[in-house]
Amino acid sequence: MAEPADLLFGLLDRGDIVFVDAWHKGTASAAVAAGAGGIATAGLISVLVLLTVKGWWRPLWQDWLTSLDHKKIGIMYIFLALVMFARALAEALVMRSQQAAAVGDPGFLSGEHFGQLFSTHGSIMIFFMAMPFLTGLINYVMPIQIGARDMSFPFMNAVSLALTAAGAALVMTSLVIGKFSTGGWSGYPPFTGIDFSPGPGVDYWIWAITLSSIGSTLTGINFAVTIYKERAPGMHLMRMPLFCWTALCTSILMVFSMTPLTLATLMLWLDRHFGFHFFTVDSGGNMMNYANLFWLFGHPEVYILILPAFGVWSEVISTYSGKALYGYRSMVYATMCIAVLSFTVWLHHFFTMGQSAQLNAVFGIATMAIGIPTGVKVYDWLLTMWGGRIRFTAPMLFATGFLVSFVFGGMTGVMLANPTVDFAVHNSLFLVAHFHNMLIPGLLFGMIAGMQFWFPLAFGFRLEERWGIIAFALFFAGFYMAFMPLYAMGLMGAARRSSMWLDPAFASWVAIALAGALMIAGGFVSLIVQIARSIRRRAALAVPAGDPWDGRSLEWALPAPTPEWNFPVQPEISSRDAFLEAKRADDAYQMPEEFEDIEMPRHTGAPAVIGVALFLSSFGIVWQMWWLAFAGALATLAAWIAHSFRRETGRTIPAAEVERAHCAWLETVRHTTPVPRERESTPANRGLAEEAAT
Amino acid sequence: MSEKHRGDDIAESEDLGRKEELRRYLIGGAATILLTLAAFAVVAFNLFDRGATLLTVSFLALAQIAAHFHFFLHIDLWKSHRDDLMLILFTLLIILLMVGGTTWILFDQWSRMM
Amino acid sequence: MSEKKVLHPGLNLHATDPGRHSQAETTVFGFWIFLMADLVLFALLLATYGSMSAHGVADGPGPDELFELKMPLIQTLVLLASSFTIGMAMLHVKYSSDLQGLSLWLAATALLGLVFLVLEARDFHRFAVTEDAPPQRSGFLSIYFLLTGTHWLHVACGLVWMALLAVQTRAWGLASQVKLRLMRLGLYWHMLDVVWVAIFTFVYLFGVIS
Repeated sequence: MAEPADLLFGLLDRGDIVFVDAWHKGTASAAVAAGAGGIATAGLISVLVLLTVKGWWRPLWQDWLTSLDHKKIGIMYIFLALVMFARALAEALVMRSQQAAAVGDPGFLSGEHFGQLFSTHGSIMIFFMAMPFLTGLINYVMPIQIGARDMSFPFMNAVSLALTAAGAALVMTSLVIGKFSTGGWSGYPPFTGIDFSPGPGVDYWIWAITLSSIGSTLTGINFAVTIYKERAPGMHLMRMPLFCWTALCTSILMVFSMTPLTLATLMLWLDRHFGFHFFTVDSGGNMMNYANLFWLFGHPEVYILILPAFGVWSEVISTYSGKALYGYRSMVYATMCIAVLSFTVWLHHFFTMGQSAQLNAVFGIATMAIGIPTGVKVYDWLLTMWGGRIRFTAPMLFATGFLVSFVFGGMTGVMLANPTVDFAVHNSLFLVAHFHNMLIPGLLFGMIAGMQFWFPLAFGFRLEERWGIIAFALFFAGFYMAFMPLYAMGLMGAARRSSMWLDPAFASWVAIALAGALMIAGGFVSLIVQIARSIRRRAALAVPAGDPWDGRSLEWALPAPTPEWNFPVQPEISSRDAFLEAKRADDAYQMPEEFEDIEMPRHTGAPAVIGVALFLSSFGIVWQMWWLAFAGALATLAAWIAHSFRRETGRTIPAAEVERAHCAWLETVRHTTPVPRERESTPANRGLAEEAAT
Repeated sequence: MSEKHRGDDIAESEDLGRKEELRRYLIGGAATILLTLAAFAVVAFNLFDRGATLLTVSFLALAQIAAHFHFFLHIDLWKSHRDDLMLILFTLLIILLMVGGTTWILFDQWSRMM
Repeated sequence: MSEKKVLHPGLNLHATDPGRHSQAETTVFGFWIFLMADLVLFALLLATYGSMSAHGVADGPGPDELFELKMPLIQTLVLLASSFTIGMAMLHVKYSSDLQGLSLWLAATALLGLVFLVLEARDFHRFAVTEDAPPQRSGFLSIYFLLTGTHWLHVACGLVWMALLAVQTRAWGLASQVKLRLMRLGLYWHMLDVVWVAIFTFVYLFGVIS
């Protein structure tokens, strides 16, 4: 069925280009695909034109793409996440529109196109929106919170970013050249085997997530070692902000859970193209092992997604309540429990696959048990708010929305944890509603709140409060409108991943869901508007003194934007909430006794080269252009080896420069009027907090 | 990032240190070879019945892995970094959960297919 | 760091190079974490092997028909010898600036590694071609080839790494970067031998017992 691969172009054919395909087919579905491909292509071209016209190529390369600074890398990760979010959100809108139009009607999308949509939507949201977003936040904030200058392995950090970007580029390419997998983000064989998915789609999926998962493994190693080894003197583990604890647990999950995924997809690839029999129907294959291996990864993965958000909530809630986090120790232990338990529940993703009732019951009980440490955390957050002086800023609104909605979603999770119930609602829209209920109020709200909270650190000015609140309102209302109908439909028997409905009873529900999805999109647009307006008004929103929210931890003890070297002198820590304690003791904003030269990593183009080379190599593998696959792999190796032969990998920042910058900042602080909390959202806030009467 | 050099004076005990480390490698080498030969011998000469052989050979493997960790990798329960030990133990836990779980699940499914 | 003799896995430099010892702590810890992830990879391959060697044989040859004891024993002894020789090389890294000795022991390790690779490659060829038992024949054979093939690739990468380090040692002597890399190579090599112990036990010995 597949013609022998051409030596130069592999399996690539003119008809694989989405515009040509649409021209030949002439269907509405193909037109939508061409439209999407057109938007992506136009977007890329506009960016290239903009860079050229504004002369931004040089600073892009010199200041950003070759930087090993964890702060710059963090910002680039989040930028990638926001771009990919836009695409995946658009796909959700298209799917919702199709479902609304397709009650008793085939709708405007072909089934195959719909299949690609839910596959890219899930894969992008998880691997190229959520993972980069949380990785970016942790990258920026965590080293500063522990009093360090950088990650333990700055070069590896940049390579991780390059790998993730390469994977994202591969997924974007599938929009224009060829098709994507229709097997969902989980990619079960035999459907994703070569017999039922002969095209390049599944291969795009395999290599995109392989690149991403290798990047995540390296990131996990980096985060863990940094937290273990780079903490400032006195920063005992039990004095770290909760955000760092959740970062540590997340990193451990990353390291250990990516392996089963890499194995599962590698085995699938061997089955597809080399005739192996890991998951085939015949010759001793065992397709159920795929589900086993995939979910060995998949379950810890969802905890990778949620734990950093939990960390953000701890920071946001304690800061905007003006109170120390309640029950610090219990929060730490709860986080560790969740991390360990997350490796014991994976079977609940395939209760219906044929195991005995006893086995199902064991995993069901383990699944319900995770609700306990999570509940501890929820109560601790509530008790933090209790008796505090709460300011309902945008992040705090997101936090409140999270607390209410996440508990509700957790309850549906406990329902699903019961195998008997699960047999009725597995793979129905009830399940889809459940996990979006965890991910949107949990993860997404957390990432957005984190971005709003820490934005001043990265860029030196606050985000406009008003559009943040508008975004919250739209996201919150939109989420309920979009997903509560799905719970109802699921209980009525609606299956997930369906491109059309035969039961007219679904009509009103899908219409409401579409309205909700539009509101969510409105929320995203509000965020973009907020960023754009804030950039334009950045002088009025500037907070150079660095502490706009009366922060508690070390990242607020520095100028905004954070200087390249973070701390002029390594701090010595003697308590939790070190910066807040210093402020209350009138001990903040000190002049160090002496300054030393600081050694920082030198810029290098190797990670960028590696990213491009791996993208090209993966593209070559997908289309069986073997010359490209090998060339890309060789280039990757060459760049890595060339970098290892570099003797001078550091550069020195003279003490005088550090001293000058620090003095200038202290001067700014001296001339800044402190603001009380009631005025923290006004232009009067220049980043200095009035001492609150505690 | 800054490096602190604390002087290159070679301690008096260095020679002892080297001899002791060399002895460790030699003992380790001998131990691992013996454990290997023992395992192969148990199988080659059919010393026990099937079940006992499987068990013996498994224990010999475990012992040899421990020998590798101790003699070659210098894992010392008393002097090693707490972080490193925690990592080994945690990895062991993960492996037990993943391998144990996988084995149980696959065999359970298979038994229900027959 | 501290005066306490706290050790990290593998060769420790506290006695001869305290500055490098504190640097090594971070680098080796990170590499150790990577090795743990690698161990999980091999553990999962072995778990899949366990299931497929029992239920995935289909109409192809099973482990009892395919495996014997002579080759695995030779391969094991060769790899064990290489663990010993790299240990000797590590002693040179720690205790002497004798580059000649270091290079000789590394060369011995590389040679033994190469012998291992060749012996195993011949085995693969024999199974796949002569005995008509290629990985495409059954699930059991697929996982056998993937498990041992992954180990084979790891050893091969180790040899490439060794060659690069030999070049860097020649160019820079025992500079700090080189020492830290050699220490990691040592850890890596020993880990591969640990994995092999599990492989020869659970694949070959278990296979012959059945």
